[in-house]
Amino acid sequence: MPLLPAFTLSPNNPVGQYLVRRVLTIVPTLIAISFVIFAVLDLAPGDPTSALPETIRPEIRQQIRKAMGLDEPFPVKYGLWMRQFFVNEPLALIEKAFDIQIGDSESRLRVTSWGSRGVPVMDMILERLPQTLWVVGLAYVVAIVIAVPVGVVSAIRQYSVFDQVGTFISLIGYSIPTFFTGLLMILLFSVKLKWFPMIYDTNLSIADWDSFVQQLRQSAMPVAVLGFFQAATLARFTRSSMLDNIPMDYVRTATAKGFRERYVVIRHILRNSLIPVVTLIALGIPAIFSGAIITEQIFRVNGLGALLIGAIQLNDIPLVQTVTFIFAFLIVVFNLLADVVYGILDPRIRYS
Amino acid sequence: MAIRTDTASAENLAAELPQRQHRTMWGDVWLRFRRHTLAKVGVVVLVLLVLGVLAGPLVYTVDPEYSFIVDDIDSINQAPSLEYPLGTDDLGRDTLARNLFGGRISLAVGVVAMFVSITFGTLVGVLSGFFRRLDNPLMRFTDLMLALPSLPLLLVIIMLFRDSLKSVLGPELGIFLLVVLVIGILGWMPTARVVRGSVLSIKEKEFVEAAVSVGTREPAILWQHILPNVLSPIIVSATLGVAAAILTESALSFLGLGFPSNVPTWGRLLFENKDFITQNPWLVIWPGMFISLTILSINFIGDGLRDALDPRQRR
Repeated sequence: MPLLPAFTLSPNNPVGQYLVRRVLTIVPTLIAISFVIFAVLDLAPGDPTSALPETIRPEIRQQIRKAMGLDEPFPVKYGLWMRQFFVNEPLALIEKAFDIQIGDSESRLRVTSWGSRGVPVMDMILERLPQTLWVVGLAYVVAIVIAVPVGVVSAIRQYSVFDQVGTFISLIGYSIPTFFTGLLMILLFSVKLKWFPMIYDTNLSIADWDSFVQQLRQSAMPVAVLGFFQAATLARFTRSSMLDNIPMDYVRTATAKGFRERYVVIRHILRNSLIPVVTLIALGIPAIFSGAIITEQIFRVNGLGALLIGAIQLNDIPLVQTVTFIFAFLIVVFNLLADVVYGILDPRIRYS
Repeated sequence: MAIRTDTASAENLAAELPQRQHRTMWGDVWLRFRRHTLAKVGVVVLVLLVLGVLAGPLVYTVDPEYSFIVDDIDSINQAPSLEYPLGTDDLGRDTLARNLFGGRISLAVGVVAMFVSITFGTLVGVLSGFFRRLDNPLMRFTDLMLALPSLPLLLVIIMLFRDSLKSVLGPELGIFLLVVLVIGILGWMPTARVVRGSVLSIKEKEFVEAAVSVGTREPAILWQHILPNVLSPIIVSATLGVAAAILTESALSFLGLGFPSNVPTWGRLLFENKDFITQNPWLVIWPGMFISLTILSINFIGDGLRDALDPRQRR
């Protein structure tokens, strides 16, 4: 029996159908999120021209406000922003990626930053995105690679020394906030032992073996902090999910048929136990991005979180709007991925 | 048991009663909770921490804002000593006094924000579990809220509304209300889901059916039959909610966007002192340790409560 069902994107294939249906549901979600973000920022008190010099006369200030479109009613502003965001920006990205021109690209307004004088916001974000995704992605991989085996062994050898130590460590791991573990790690590994650099150098380009090692060394602490926190939650959950499945009849049947323990654990128990774990991984995605904002602040990683904090301090509304939306977008996309995996693991989901 | 008809044996029965162990639901919960060692440790640690921050500033009367540089130029960045039990910071202020004061605010934020999120979460959960027509829209709304990037949104809302609330309600109360409300409003979703699930399953139970069949009105069914039975998931998620709120407030303060600098919460202390980590590591160790101990003990208590309130574990 193949582990994964065959994949084709045809409407007759149930997996394909499930995928299409699931991808379509993210459209209203994204629109609703964009509305919330836009409304929060637009309805908030505060005047974007307040940062301009005091010497500007009130009537000129009024003209600036008009030129920025701040006088328009709310639905018009939202509509204009939507066009800028969902039409102009993707087109500009496509143009940039393939080095082509689509229509009259000069007159299409792009979302530009107020803080850095007209630089398109998306360009700033694309500069920062790789750092964040590198740290977050690596942390998640590390967390899963540690947590699932620990959870499985803890469950099979319930109440053993390994189980008790593991449970205790994971309880501690998910109770200590990332900003404290981060500072403790700096204290231990940078200040005392001098193993890892204290500050993440974003300008480092990987050219040879040495710079690659340096990249790994500077990523070690941010990834460890984020990964440890996530691994703690996942390990606890994997363990309890395994324990729910071990007394099941199908496990006894499989054992009675004479399969080796290893085979029963991996092919029968683990595959069923992973279903709720995948849900948890999906639910943990917002948390890990929040964690990334904090970790970037501790280790001075020049990523999306640092960009957001900087933009908030400068009152740079377009940048704040866009970065927040990108965070929401990433969360929704990763949730979708988790759901697809969920559908592959559990046929009951995709046929319903 | 034979039916007793004579008054004499009824008196005997009354005399027997006090010797039997009297059992109530909460008594049982307490018995089961007491078996949970880690939860007991959690209660002890938490009680110590709460007593410390409540009574501490009354006993230890050093002003958290007073700079000892005035008296002694060498009193900055001191390690713990007899004179300064937890040391001093870069401005010569007493670390113990600042941590005691900061703990009051961190714990207060945790408890009040938990009440906001529990109230809202219970309301949404009960409504969507009980009224079938509200279920789909409310759950879609909950899913949407869960997909929102909570920390970025928190930061944005606090940045936008900080100044206007400050001018209306004053810097401390204004920020307190803002932080508490925003944390509460962005944190009710897990409670709503858990409560909805419990309401859905209890609604199908025979005793609810019986209440409906004798003509009990909907509000009475809700208040007298359903709510008391969903109390245990609410209590558990309230406990864990306090920990989550404390954690969120600390994260906000750690990013420099929580309380103003004259209000030293534990997170704020970490934020202010993280740049002095090489000169005086104690400055970050203390507040970090207090936050971690609080969260850890609350989580232990939550685990213990979850087991104690689960009627399947009744022995």
